[in-house]
Amino acid sequence: MPISTLAFDINKSWRLNANYTVQENVFGFLYGYEADFQGLFNRKSYMFLKKGKKSSEKKLRVRIPYLGLGCLGLFFFTVIFANVISPHDPYEGDLADSTLPPAWEEGGTTRFLLGTDMLGRDVLSRLIHGSRISLLISVGCIAFYGTLGVILGLISGFSGGRTDMIIMRLADLWSSLPGIILLFMLAAVYGPSAKTIIITFGIMGWPYYGRIVRGESLSLKERDFVRLARVAGCSNLRIMVSHVFPNIVNTVIILATIDIGGIIVLIATLSFLGLGTQPPSCDWGLMLAEGRQYITYAWWLVTFPGIAIVVAVLGFNLTGDWLRELLDPKQKLR
Amino acid sequence: MQGYILKRVLIAIVTMFVVLTVVFFVFRMGAADPVSIMLPPDATPKDAQKLTKKFGLDKPLIVQYGNFLKNAIRGDFGASFRYSEPALTVLFSRFPASLELGLVAFLMALSIGLSIGIISAVKPDSFIDRFGRVFALGGMSVPSFWAGVMLILFFGVTLRWLPIAGRGSLLNFIMPAFCLSLFPIALLTRLSRSAMLDALKSDYVVMARIKGVPEIRVILIHAFKNASISVVTVIFGIFQAMILGSVVIENIFSWPGIGRLVLTSFFFRDYPVVQVYVLFVTFLVVMFYLLLDIVYAYIDPRIRYQ
Repeated sequence: MPISTLAFDINKSWRLNANYTVQENVFGFLYGYEADFQGLFNRKSYMFLKKGKKSSEKKLRVRIPYLGLGCLGLFFFTVIFANVISPHDPYEGDLADSTLPPAWEEGGTTRFLLGTDMLGRDVLSRLIHGSRISLLISVGCIAFYGTLGVILGLISGFSGGRTDMIIMRLADLWSSLPGIILLFMLAAVYGPSAKTIIITFGIMGWPYYGRIVRGESLSLKERDFVRLARVAGCSNLRIMVSHVFPNIVNTVIILATIDIGGIIVLIATLSFLGLGTQPPSCDWGLMLAEGRQYITYAWWLVTFPGIAIVVAVLGFNLTGDWLRELLDPKQKLR
Repeated sequence: MQGYILKRVLIAIVTMFVVLTVVFFVFRMGAADPVSIMLPPDATPKDAQKLTKKFGLDKPLIVQYGNFLKNAIRGDFGASFRYSEPALTVLFSRFPASLELGLVAFLMALSIGLSIGIISAVKPDSFIDRFGRVFALGGMSVPSFWAGVMLILFFGVTLRWLPIAGRGSLLNFIMPAFCLSLFPIALLTRLSRSAMLDALKSDYVVMARIKGVPEIRVILIHAFKNASISVVTVIFGIFQAMILGSVVIENIFSWPGIGRLVLTSFFFRDYPVVQVYVLFVTFLVVMFYLLLDIVYAYIDPRIRYQ
């Protein structure tokens, strides 16, 4: 089963928790149902557990966040098939179709299911294409600061001593500063754009990853395989890159998944303020900002982009929480 | 304890200095040439030269840097282009509005977040617990600006119950304060719930109960005091989130605070004000961090004897 191997690789200490009780999950629809690990999507096992019988106690039991995975599925579906499923061109509109309401409202047409904006562009198509922008920028941010964090964390954990102290002090200092001030500075110099956002987060976000990677590499450093590699004559760089790094990469990927939700909100917020992507981009935050002027008579322009953001973020947050629980059984039932 | 505080103060000073330096070089080296921004389009090169001289921009960079530091210590950060007043004065005239909104939102977040968190830890799976969990999830996933726009749409445009912009009456507070505290409440609820659950399971709570300490005292004194350590840690995160939040919320609700000031100044290329904002916010954050470090050491003795 792919997920079980994933879980074991991520954290070796992950074991079946003997005290783990199955709760009557009222929020099953939201947080996911308890399910047998061996039959991942087996609803029957949930019903069975609910009756209070202790079923197959030695089996690993994991809850599945159906809502989260569903939202995530929808999000990735629109990302992958944006060109296929969007009914219109997201950047081209006819002024004759300006501010048409959604199809079910009076005056709406089925040609534009969620209505059109002031330039006559189809809201649905723009939302679908917006998912690509959200994903692209947030993955860009995370790739940037993840890489920086991993490199600095590895160096810090591996070299120890003064280098370690300087990097960690820097991390403390860095993480105490709010990112918005750097964004204002960079945007003043280079102009607001997606690139500026990625650079800002890249510079601001690394301490978190740096600390975690440092901690992991500190403990990995003492492991036998690293010592053996050293005996075999590997250089520090080689040990870091080909022996320590592969053991950290899983943790970093999981951390990134947990992060993406928050980053999507931040990016939308900055675009909303005009500090992010610029028109005619179909970024969700920007769509909201443009629609805000017409709030008194075009409610759909401010409602649907927000719903799109919430669906995407909910998907990442619920899945992220679930992954966090898998990683750290102590967090369970919280 | 004294050595600890001294070390923290030193770190704060170094941080301020580093930020001052970064701000200077970013704004001076970057595209933000104040002369070209300030001069009208029909100005002669001679005017430009005069202005350059007036600002001391013809001197070597290192001398400019020295002057900048000297002026910064005196509290002089140049004049705003838009208001033709010292930038710091402009900022300070707007600050009370931001402080007011921030304090209300902060107190709201603390009181609501902590009480929901504590109650749901004491009574797991009760109504409040369920509500708190949904709210925490919502607060994390719903962007505050969208919440603001939706509130305006519903209470301002459709129902016409609440004023949608400006500051003045108590009614003006409701929507901005709620939006600003949305994320902090979610964060605090989640965190205080898990911290309290941990604390309530611990041996000292069991011991207190065996001794016959009243339940309310067990919860609020024995358990909460220990849970509060992790709450204090997250308060800094809340403070940071509220700085970005204030820029967003003040702009949505036309609240005349520094968040609105900095964004409009930014789009008018009024960089002295942006620069002062950056420095002032850094100063606030550094001071808050320092204060929190000291509080932290006071609550948790392990830290001060490190």
